[in-house]
Amino acid sequence: MGMEGIGARVVRKEDKRFITGKGKYTDDMVVPGMKQAHFVRSPHAHAKIKSIDTSAAEKMPGVIGILNGAQLTEDAIGNIICGWMIHSKDGSPMNMGVWRPLAQDTVRYVGDAVAIVVADTKAQARDAAEAVVVEYETLPVVTSAVEALKEGAPQIHPEAKGNLIFDWEIGDAAATDAAIASAAHVTEMKIVNNRLVPNPMEPRAALGVYDEGEDHYTLWTTSQNPHVARLVLSAFYNVAPENKLRVIAPDVGGGFGSKIYIYPEEIVCLWASKRTGVPVKWNCDRTEAFLTDAHGRDHVSTVKMAFDANNKITGFKVDTIANLGAYMSLFSSSVPTYLYATLLSGQYNIPAIHANVRTVYTNTVPVDAYRGAGRPEATYLMERVMETAARELGVTPAELRRTNFIREFPHQTPVIMCYDAGDYEASLSAAMKASDYDGFPARKAEAKSRGKLRGIGMSCYIEACGIAPSAAVGSLGAGVGLWESAEVRVNAVGTVEILTGSHSHGQGHETTFAQLVAGRFGVGIDSVSVVHGDTDKVQMGMGTYGSRSGAVGMSAVVKALDKVEAKARKIAAHLMEADESDIVIENGELKVAGTDKSVPWFQMALAAYTAHNLPEGMEPGLKEGAFYDPSNFTFPAGCYICEVEVDPETGKTEIVQFVAADDFGKIINPMIVEGQVHGGLAQGIGQALLEGTHYDPETGQLLTASYMDYTMPRADDLPSFQVSTTETACPSNPLGIKGCGEAGAIGSPPALINAITDAIGNNDLTMPATAPRVWAALRSAQ
Amino acid sequence: MYATNYHRASSVEDAVKLASGNDEAKYLSGGQTLLPTMKQRLAAPSDLVDLRHVGELKGISVDGGKIRIGAATTHSEVAQSSDIASVCPGLTHLAAHIGDPHVRHMGTIGGSIANNDPAADYPAALLALNATIVTNTRSIAADAYFTGMFDTALEEGELIVAVEITAPAKCGYAKFPNPASRYALTGVFVARQGDGSVRVAVTGAGSDGVFRQAEMEQALKSDFSAAALDGITVDDADLMADIHGSSAYRANLVKVMAKRAVTAAG
Repeated sequence: MGMEGIGARVVRKEDKRFITGKGKYTDDMVVPGMKQAHFVRSPHAHAKIKSIDTSAAEKMPGVIGILNGAQLTEDAIGNIICGWMIHSKDGSPMNMGVWRPLAQDTVRYVGDAVAIVVADTKAQARDAAEAVVVEYETLPVVTSAVEALKEGAPQIHPEAKGNLIFDWEIGDAAATDAAIASAAHVTEMKIVNNRLVPNPMEPRAALGVYDEGEDHYTLWTTSQNPHVARLVLSAFYNVAPENKLRVIAPDVGGGFGSKIYIYPEEIVCLWASKRTGVPVKWNCDRTEAFLTDAHGRDHVSTVKMAFDANNKITGFKVDTIANLGAYMSLFSSSVPTYLYATLLSGQYNIPAIHANVRTVYTNTVPVDAYRGAGRPEATYLMERVMETAARELGVTPAELRRTNFIREFPHQTPVIMCYDAGDYEASLSAAMKASDYDGFPARKAEAKSRGKLRGIGMSCYIEACGIAPSAAVGSLGAGVGLWESAEVRVNAVGTVEILTGSHSHGQGHETTFAQLVAGRFGVGIDSVSVVHGDTDKVQMGMGTYGSRSGAVGMSAVVKALDKVEAKARKIAAHLMEADESDIVIENGELKVAGTDKSVPWFQMALAAYTAHNLPEGMEPGLKEGAFYDPSNFTFPAGCYICEVEVDPETGKTEIVQFVAADDFGKIINPMIVEGQVHGGLAQGIGQALLEGTHYDPETGQLLTASYMDYTMPRADDLPSFQVSTTETACPSNPLGIKGCGEAGAIGSPPALINAITDAIGNNDLTMPATAPRVWAALRSAQ
Repeated sequence: MYATNYHRASSVEDAVKLASGNDEAKYLSGGQTLLPTMKQRLAAPSDLVDLRHVGELKGISVDGGKIRIGAATTHSEVAQSSDIASVCPGLTHLAAHIGDPHVRHMGTIGGSIANNDPAADYPAALLALNATIVTNTRSIAADAYFTGMFDTALEEGELIVAVEITAPAKCGYAKFPNPASRYALTGVFVARQGDGSVRVAVTGAGSDGVFRQAEMEQALKSDFSAAALDGITVDDADLMADIHGSSAYRANLVKVMAKRAVTAAG
């Protein structure tokens, strides 16, 4: 069974149902009596609600009920929470405005939900929603965080004066300023990290079902963390107590962070199912997703990096303004703070770092974690500055990085993180070799003969993932712990069920989690089922985000497997009248070392359940659970090298080579890891080259609300990636896993922009580097 | 989508009859613009008259230099027509680069030019090729047909039956696609007739739809080469500007794409 164990390139078990259309998603769920919902949404980015008249709409065909914020308040449904408290540097708590699941007095972004219409069919619900008359008094609008901070900007929430949510800092300002003042060289840049729309393939959906007989609620939802949804819905939103609420996240078609949060629609559908007396289904269309899914990124930063005469970094100072949109989403406060500024040491030994972050309300969709969440923003600053500094200092980009690499571990940075293991030289060298870095000048000359401008850029990223440990994140303001749970049930015939609090929405857990068992007990992966995504089936868990399913979720499984194995050995030793210490597990058998005695795995399992012949005092059965709380974050790192050719006539960039050398620690399934890297690179390249989110600054209308205007990366935008891995095991979890889900999206944007700026000889270039922008940058460089 | 009444027309006569007297009715051909617009509730025709089963609207014939393309012929059928390719390769190249494979297998030439999207590809070809648009009542020269953004010379209820083109001596099309929609951010079709006259039509860039570029036509008449366009500066005054590109950028693309179209024409 070595062919299916840890490290095996096993084809994903779940793909057969996905690619044959047999997956079961929230919108596939049908329950008796189910009706369809449509939301009345604000067409204005900022307005007072003067009145809501539903009288005509209520008489429309098929309408069962129309509910608005007043009724929500009658039923004491709570405000939407932010789960991470951040204090400003003056000690004051963040200035959080009120977010009602249905807006009651004021709407603050285009798409803000105002009412829900429940009808027999979706079309009827939509027709009736159009007949709901909402009288608005429009207010001035601001969409840019920089503008929102200015004197006289429209005030969005009374609780946040001047739209400032918090003014937070990390690191040593005095030491950093001193380093800059005494530096031999300072590189200064202003850097924008562009806003992104997540665009998972499956749009969000919810089905709320209230059972009057049992006084019980069930919510099917597109969630990355159904247990957290249940916790928040019961503890904060007052919909139902946990024991009366089942949350199911069935097959989920991608999340990228956007399905972590508990959105207004989920709360309202669940609540409305009791209020209307019918099961309420809502499924959003793509433009509705653009208008309401939490967006990502949207930072404006100024940075200064100080170097001594030997090109050693002596200080790094960052000032960031982060746009959090119209309301504070669940983890919005943690993304531009502890998930961002704690990575501002990069792969480098930097004695002094200081970052100041101001978060701001605007009349835009709320901003929260999106693949990488804070770490792409940090990496983009760091790696654009390093490449720029190398150019200014007249050294090669690799040389400047090598001069500053951290080479001894553990390494305590000045910004909280303690890096446990890594070999940054190894990934840099591997990437340079794979990209034939030294051959670049010849390739550039050849491209020039074809009229193309060729450029090369690199990025040496580090990220912190497997997010945890609970005590550490708690001390930083997190409202939840970030451990994970698992239960392993060995059935009487030896098949195995793994119940995990992790949630797979494309990551392939049904395969990789099964591989843990296959390798260890010799049970084929087809005999191992992975159960997740249902709070009635699976014990409390924390879900999947921050590349944590491997490092944290699998570690919990390993702990449970340890207990299973210990009991299995005892049973086998008893059955064979051998000493427990002589038992070895091989090829699906428990053997007595050095003899020909063996018991097949299934026979041992059967013995556990017949309980006819168990060791004295042993309980029957073979089922163990575990909770795992790691001792540290994990620190994946790597080096990406991108080579581009720019058409000087049109400004169009073609990526001609992209090399990734990642250190993810131990790898369970190389094929799945490669898939994660490919997907992450596509999203990172999407951000850097294609995906521009445009709001009209006057009206706050989202101008890029469909694929006609928002450029998702497509196959023909991307090269064939050359990916490889180096390995330093992670010391803080039993498998040595670091996590691979976000690296591609974190490391690739600076590599690509560094390559384009190298090609065009102008460093003043903003993402996405669309053809018109590159063309304009080329012209201003000439 | 709002509720609508569906009618399947069996002939041109039947289609016109079904639509007549009802200014809320729309002809449905490939539906690649109309149906998404209806799904977004931005269009709400009371009746749809489906043209996809009208045999007399389909098919390609090439007789010497005379090309006739039925209005309900898909982009894919044009792209794959070796008969058209042999006499007018610029047109098959253009059809092969419209939208994506799904669009090309559903969308039709008649639907495209009836809608006259300012960034659609076909209007550039038809204008540069001096095509004739044949309707159920008359024949309209391309110069008179394309009257502005989303605007044509078609009367209420008038139905395009076919497009007729006389094959040029040379032609070529170059487009810079909008990276999101894959419509033309700017597309230029260049056609040179046997008598040496040249027509250059630009789509995607004009603030009022497809237009001819007279200065380039003059320059190419005396010297049909990309280099002949070097000295021309395209004025951006009447060009479109939006989130996908400034008018200055589009002015640049008009020239670059025109040169590439000339090169493609050979």
